[in-house]
Amino acid sequence: MRRVREFIIESILFLAALSSVATTFAIVSILVIESFPFFRHVPLLDFLTDTQWTPLFDDAHYGILPLMAGTLVTTAVALLVAIPLGTIIAIYLCEFAPHRVREIIKPFLELLAAVPTVVFGYFALIFVTPILQKLIPALPGFNMLSAGLVMGIMIVPYIASVSEDAMHAVPKHILEGSYAMGATRFQTAVRVIIPSAFSGIAAAYILGISRAVGETMIVAIAAGQQPNLTLNPMEPAATISAYIVQVSLGDLPHGSIGYQTIFVAGLSLMLITLIFNILGYFLAKRFREVY
Amino acid sequence: MPEQSIDDIRRMIARHKLLDHIFAIVGILSLMVGILTLLALFTELAIEGAPRIGWKLFTSFPSRHPEEAGILSAWVGTTLIMLVTAASAVPLGVASAVYLEEYARKNWLTAIIEINVTNLAGVPSIVYGLLALGLFVYKLDFGQSILSAGLTLALLILPIVIVSAREAIRAVPGSIREAAYALGATKWQTVRDHVLPYSLGGILTGTIMGLSRAIGETAPVITIGALTFIAFLPQSPFSADFPYVSFRWLMDSFTVMPIQMFNWTSRPEAAFQHNAAAAGVVLLVMTLIMNGIAIYIRYRFRKRIKW
Repeated sequence: MRRVREFIIESILFLAALSSVATTFAIVSILVIESFPFFRHVPLLDFLTDTQWTPLFDDAHYGILPLMAGTLVTTAVALLVAIPLGTIIAIYLCEFAPHRVREIIKPFLELLAAVPTVVFGYFALIFVTPILQKLIPALPGFNMLSAGLVMGIMIVPYIASVSEDAMHAVPKHILEGSYAMGATRFQTAVRVIIPSAFSGIAAAYILGISRAVGETMIVAIAAGQQPNLTLNPMEPAATISAYIVQVSLGDLPHGSIGYQTIFVAGLSLMLITLIFNILGYFLAKRFREVY
Repeated sequence: MPEQSIDDIRRMIARHKLLDHIFAIVGILSLMVGILTLLALFTELAIEGAPRIGWKLFTSFPSRHPEEAGILSAWVGTTLIMLVTAASAVPLGVASAVYLEEYARKNWLTAIIEINVTNLAGVPSIVYGLLALGLFVYKLDFGQSILSAGLTLALLILPIVIVSAREAIRAVPGSIREAAYALGATKWQTVRDHVLPYSLGGILTGTIMGLSRAIGETAPVITIGALTFIAFLPQSPFSADFPYVSFRWLMDSFTVMPIQMFNWTSRPEAAFQHNAAAAGVVLLVMTLIMNGIAIYIRYRFRKRIKW
């Protein structure tokens, strides 16, 4: 009796654990199944090379390049902010900050990570864009620069906390060796900690890239929603995720070409994230230090 | 090695020390960028939202007139969706964590589940929205309902709940389990009576953190087709006749706080920006309170348990 009950309970728990695998499986299959009819309608070559994305117009074009460009430009701006700031903050918290300062600062960083993205989007549009317009008078009301900058600030806590964990994991005797040789804290950080923790820091950067690529509300609010093939961050453009939101806000009949395009967009988004993750995996493996 | 005079060495040391100080200042400045942004964001929202913040905001439906528009349908929708999310994510997440920590053998299947949980945490949230649109809304025919939205957000926060519950369970010392086994308890009895009660604090903290993330999520809920203008409430969960509780609200259409804010932000009329800011303040305060509670629980449990 007792055995049977234990077995049933274990099976239930096992099924619960499998649910996460089922979720991944469901995500991949839904994206592939729902985008499949699209590729019967649009040749893959057109999808990858056409320079216009106007699926809902009469003169429909299905080129992913403009959306891809929007995603990459906003991501690049965000990373230009987040990687230096995040890394410097991680080094500062790990090596320089007194214990008290760290205890006070860390909750603030957690708070920054907890702000809903729609609030960041509002902030980018209503606060940051007008300030940027004072510096750059020609800047349009919707632009990728402001969205990217705010997205960068949003990602800083993720990069800082994951890299700091990696830096903390560097064995203490190595640091002490460096100090014993007369190195300053800055020299130790740059010459010893960063190389030793590089695989963890790379993981933090990859996490940041994934966040930036998939981020939706900030770009949907502040970067405009017109697909625009440009690499100039001062211009408005739609990203892949912003396109999905824009189409979802309208009325979307199940099975229409508009309905299929958002799954195609989602699939592209997943593939970009996947590519960066694979790159990160090999990067981390290449530079892993074992003690 | 060329001969270095003592002065050269002193100069070199001074230069490196200076660099050290400069970096400390750069570090503080970098921190300030983050914290000042946070402060600017709070102040901006508070100033812009001040004219609309008041009792009326919570008791009015959205409207064409900015002065009368409120968040009644939005906060009710958010509350009901959070109930569905918590009711599905917590049992599923804790059960997964218990399995992975207490039962799982070290084999390829366990490895796959573990890698999978890590990867799920990195999937963009809007992709969960697409999953829900294809699966919950059309395949399972739940429609664009509170149930669909709640389940979507549950899947989204599942990795957070699993990871934090695992950490909490791992922190329970093995001696406790061995004592239970020594007295003849089965594995499940040990887990139910000893491991779970001791890890409750960590599990609660992780769950609240997850829910506070879910409250602010906009994109996946828009994707499954939440309406942006709703001037009615879902059916009441309580009814006058037997059995007094009804679950018809699960199938009702809805809107949530962040969507309401997004809707107001994207309106051309400047007056609606005040409403957007007021909704933002409410949203931020909700997130803050939940994070505060989570931090408090973590602190309390850490203090109380001394192994």
